[in-house]
Amino acid sequence: MKLLMHNMLSSMGLQNVTVGFPLKIVANEVKDISVEFDKKFMKRIISKVDWNALRDTAAQFGVKLPTELPNGNISDELLKQIHGALMEIEIIEGKLVCPETGHEFPINNGIPNMLF
Amino acid sequence: MTAYMLWFANQYNGFRVSTHHFLCCLQEFESLASLLAIDYQYIEEPSDKVCVHCDALLNSDTTLIPRQPFILFTSDAADTQLERLMSRTVLARSLYELWTNSGDLQQFYDDLRHSPNTQLSQYRSASFRIQVEGYNRKLSTQTKVEKIENIAFLPFDGKIDLKSPENSFHLFEYYGNNPNEIPDKPFQILFGRHIGDSNRKNVSNFSLKDRKFIANTSMEPMLALLMANIAKVSAADLVLDPFVGSGSLLVSAAYYGAYVMGTDIDYLLIHGLTKPSRAGVKTRDTDESVLSNLRQYNLQNQYIDVVIADSSQPFWRTSAPTLKLDAIITDPPYGKRESRERVGSQRQYKIPEELVEGHIPSKVEYSLCDIFRDLLDFSAFHLKVGGRLVFWIPFDKSNTNFDIRSECHPCLRVISMSEQQLSSYMSRILISVEKFKEYTQMSDSCVQRTHNKFINDSQKYN
Repeated sequence: MKLLMHNMLSSMGLQNVTVGFPLKIVANEVKDISVEFDKKFMKRIISKVDWNALRDTAAQFGVKLPTELPNGNISDELLKQIHGALMEIEIIEGKLVCPETGHEFPINNGIPNMLF
Repeated sequence: MTAYMLWFANQYNGFRVSTHHFLCCLQEFESLASLLAIDYQYIEEPSDKVCVHCDALLNSDTTLIPRQPFILFTSDAADTQLERLMSRTVLARSLYELWTNSGDLQQFYDDLRHSPNTQLSQYRSASFRIQVEGYNRKLSTQTKVEKIENIAFLPFDGKIDLKSPENSFHLFEYYGNNPNEIPDKPFQILFGRHIGDSNRKNVSNFSLKDRKFIANTSMEPMLALLMANIAKVSAADLVLDPFVGSGSLLVSAAYYGAYVMGTDIDYLLIHGLTKPSRAGVKTRDTDESVLSNLRQYNLQNQYIDVVIADSSQPFWRTSAPTLKLDAIITDPPYGKRESRERVGSQRQYKIPEELVEGHIPSKVEYSLCDIFRDLLDFSAFHLKVGGRLVFWIPFDKSNTNFDIRSECHPCLRVISMSEQQLSSYMSRILISVEKFKEYTQMSDSCVQRTHNKFINDSQKYN
């Protein structure tokens, strides 16, 4: 599971959960993968990303992103950094934990299981 | 304004060009023209195009009426734009700049002689070839040569090059579409310059026979590409398939440059642990997955993720900034070859603490009307305005008063519907809808109507 996918998932389907985001990541096995940088896609996707959640989870995996996403033009360098965080960190084994109830969703073989 | 002639592929699934196929070709053409911002005007508005949304289309008697295999239109678009359009189509065959369109031979010679195109200097000295083709009538080589000699008055002085000419000209004779009544003289004679061929030649590269990971209902590549075309998928888009299975639809979306993700409720299938779907194969390979399918076509960079999840439950983040998808393409399970399931249980029970890990929740039937309603509501929320949802639903042929317009969501507009016959009593309909305004909740009466409509069907399929 990539951090981009993590940024889109929530546990709001669980009982008594209102937001269910961001899910906490407990990673047992993480792989750095290489994905081709696509500037056009990055520019489009950052408008859809919850920045605070991305910054915090990226920090967990050792990628430091600025506190605020700069307004207007974003440098190529930063775009590449964001690309690295969103697309190139692959969580192979671990779990996602609901921030409100503590319910755990396992991640096996890189695929999160959001059934509950 | 230049006139063009779009020639459809003659055969698809063993059918000659029928009304149904004709409309399908038009949908693909119209979707791609809209994607590439190509303005066009049909020279002759297809008379039964209005039927796209009406019940008559879904009556098998009318859908198999043969149609002429081409459509004429005018456009200001540049050749390169039209070539791009053609390089994506899978149902059309070729596009030609139309020089003449005549009813009989004598008139054709006159028309061609006076066509302003023939006098253009760019054709005078360029290498060229002329091909002759009869539709619904086989023309012998000798006849073809005679027909070419008859138009030798064309002021082309360039070299004749049959392999790779600078300009390729085509002479079509249309002898109707009834193979039992072939007339002596063609109804229409059309002459044009070849602009581009469709992408049909590449479809076989995606053949399911060589696909790494297939499931019981993997979509055949031609239809998967068609769906991506109708959904207007383009580079750097974000595309979702909520019933992903083996990811055959994601392959086609990724092929057009989209970034793809999918969800599915079937844990075993997503992890490649189900019984193999291929005949005569005893076990699946250990690395069968949606990702390995994309890797097979060198599209792994376009892969985001697949998630095991129940599409009847909310699990996507809804807080701002909202996740907006460019397109949703999917083939929901019909309960025929793949079961329709969602998480649920008839009983209330508590899972013991020690068994929570590795627990797979029990599932109940996910009725067709619920799938349909959830999918429309999800799309109305998560699509961008202008984004399209393209999906299949099964259709019982005995039930002819089917009208999706009244069932649809207040934010979604039906763009097109077409039917593919699966058996004598059952078919499936390819539906594409477009989100045209920001999300508003589906009204209760709308939900109720959808429910009433499908309640009969779901009983039948149970």
